Amino acid sequence: MTTRKLVTGNSAAAWGARLAKVDYIPAYPITPQTEIVETLSKWTREGVMRARVVQVESEHSMLTAAGTASLAGARVFTATSSQGFLYSLEMLYNIAGWRAPFVLVNVSRGLAAPITLEPDHNDVLSARDSGFLQFHAENCQEILDLMLLAYRVSEDRRVLLPSIVNLDGFYLSFTREPLTLPNEDSLKTFLPDYEPVDPFRASAPVAKGTPVFGGHIYSYFRYQLHGAALRAIDVYREASEEFESEFGRACGPVDGYMLDDAEYVLVMSNSFATIGKQAVRRLRDKGFPAGLLKIRMLRPFPTADILEKLRGVKGVAVLDQNIAPGSGGIIYPEIAAALYHEWDRPDCILPVVGGLGGKQLTMDEMEAIFYELKSAFRRGDRPKPMFLMREDELNSVKQSLSVAGMNKGARK
Amino acid sequence: MSAQTKFKTLKDIPIEDDTVPGGTLCAGCGGQHIIRIFHKILGKNVVWVNAAGCVTTLYAYPLSPMKSSWMYTAFASAPAGAQGIRDALDILIEKGKVPPSEDLKVVVVSGDGAAYDIGLQSTSGAIQRDLDFYYLVYDNEAYGNTGFQMSSSTPFGSASTTTPPTTLFRAGNTGKKKDLFEIWRAHEPPYIATLSGAHLTDFMRKVEKAGSIKGPKLFLSLSACPTGWSFDPQDTIRVERLGVETGIWPLKEAVDGEVRHTYVPRTLKPVELYLSTQDRFRHLFKPARNDEAITRIQQSVLRYWTKVGKQEGFEISLAK
Repeated sequence: MTTRKLVTGNSAAAWGARLAKVDYIPAYPITPQTEIVETLSKWTREGVMRARVVQVESEHSMLTAAGTASLAGARVFTATSSQGFLYSLEMLYNIAGWRAPFVLVNVSRGLAAPITLEPDHNDVLSARDSGFLQFHAENCQEILDLMLLAYRVSEDRRVLLPSIVNLDGFYLSFTREPLTLPNEDSLKTFLPDYEPVDPFRASAPVAKGTPVFGGHIYSYFRYQLHGAALRAIDVYREASEEFESEFGRACGPVDGYMLDDAEYVLVMSNSFATIGKQAVRRLRDKGFPAGLLKIRMLRPFPTADILEKLRGVKGVAVLDQNIAPGSGGIIYPEIAAALYHEWDRPDCILPVVGGLGGKQLTMDEMEAIFYELKSAFRRGDRPKPMFLMREDELNSVKQSLSVAGMNKGARK
Repeated sequence: MSAQTKFKTLKDIPIEDDTVPGGTLCAGCGGQHIIRIFHKILGKNVVWVNAAGCVTTLYAYPLSPMKSSWMYTAFASAPAGAQGIRDALDILIEKGKVPPSEDLKVVVVSGDGAAYDIGLQSTSGAIQRDLDFYYLVYDNEAYGNTGFQMSSSTPFGSASTTTPPTTLFRAGNTGKKKDLFEIWRAHEPPYIATLSGAHLTDFMRKVEKAGSIKGPKLFLSLSACPTGWSFDPQDTIRVERLGVETGIWPLKEAVDGEVRHTYVPRTLKPVELYLSTQDRFRHLFKPARNDEAITRIQQSVLRYWTKVGKQEGFEISLAK
């Protein structure tokens, strides 16, 4: 009953929207997301998908329309990347406060300046505190699966929050992989029609998004938002267990790889986790007790799942594919904070920043992280943060500067 | 105006009110007045889509002054918010998920800051997409809710908190008011009109007429602002009427782009009569009269009416 296709990450996202039977897709193009809205435009115009794509004039408007359409009772999908994601940021906070459930796919791309096309996660992490639930995909299948789970969790009455599903630009958006499509009958049970709460209807007037006056009433709403996001952990777990029994694929909040007897664990997310897993295999072949913990659900932060996997190991390295200038990586402090009160917490938590703007991560670099983690553990001191850049890459930068006559040495 | 109008005199204002008294806006607010009248004509099956501005504060959770629906969006994107609601209702009705009896008229309501400045991009997009919506602007010619800073709707010669008159800038605001009517008209929407809270028959007929027109519809109203313009709140309608009678605020409409003035003040009152009612123009008269600025305002009004008079075949003169 299931169908298999060979599709790109972007196409997998389009399939997610199609299988979720969305009603409405406000759209605006940006590299590397365009293929998603192009595919959905084609499908809706051909009539194979019964939804309306409306191309608007900016991501800010796109997200506004997505939010109000969801409040009016339509199942909504939309997608963006990078600069467009930031352009819509005001609305992301608004929409979460509106408690408008829908799914936004972000195809990650580094942020300007300098302007670039390749991925890192500063774009999507800028919405870390917006109230959107946030899911990160490693491969094409996860894009589809996480989207279906995201609709289910977002629309749950215990949650009612929008979701972001993140996939890496280029590495995943344009990479073809086999994709298993769940059959539509099983999906009907797993993801029933969207039942909006108090939508705009003539017979039942309602006011939404209205102002509050006073910090007490503002706090009341913000705490409710926090509570709903926290509830999403259990709702997600429940949904992912049902998903696994129905469709045969495990898709929990986190995913452990070779963790059983691991002493040194690398924590990371998204498509580069595939490289990380390969490095773990290679290290295991050499007798090094490596393991990997992949974060699928970043918001809400799945503290219990993370603790369960990391408790008792000797060292943890957190690979942040983002940079918070003046601080370091964004995920590192969250992992460290989660572990702090555990009596058997790892002795060493090593911060690593790498893969910015799609910078390739080689097997050697991945292994270097583990070796540094082990020696930091042995030294027992505060580990120095690692910022990944290979010598050949630095030489390549210098060579470009030299060709342009901007090399300091050449000028002298 | 079409002969079959329901609105022949002021007595034809519907008695039913879908806005309730006790609102939180300033006494004498011209904006609240036009929203109330607009609502009477449209009826209660409306969802207002609001951009940040004075009328946003009509609502203070959990209280609501309207019998209709309301959606506060953001400063820049109320037309996009209208797009989402309109599209969702259309799709859900088309798919049979919502009965047509549950449909709503979608009305964007904002001040000039959103309509002329920060929301112009999303407005332009919505018109270009031929969105079926009303856009009601209460134009008080500045950012009133934040304390009366200049907007691109602020006229030449007006003081504002960011264009205070000084010895270097005697006229106050040296820029001129953006022509939003013509910006809309360039997009070829089916209906645009200006309104005045002092000419309610004209007002009601226009809203009535637009009711049978599908697509983007603009209603641009000069809304006197006692707080920002600084005049006695009991004079709101008087000030608005002077705006029309001096020719500063022309009452007009454009159906499919064809402009027609719906009220022609054949003998224009001098602009001074309007300007001198409001402290935002006081520096043009005191401590010394700024003849250059007053003449410039008068000339610009005369130029406008001479031009449109030629196009529409009427003559106007300036009262002595």
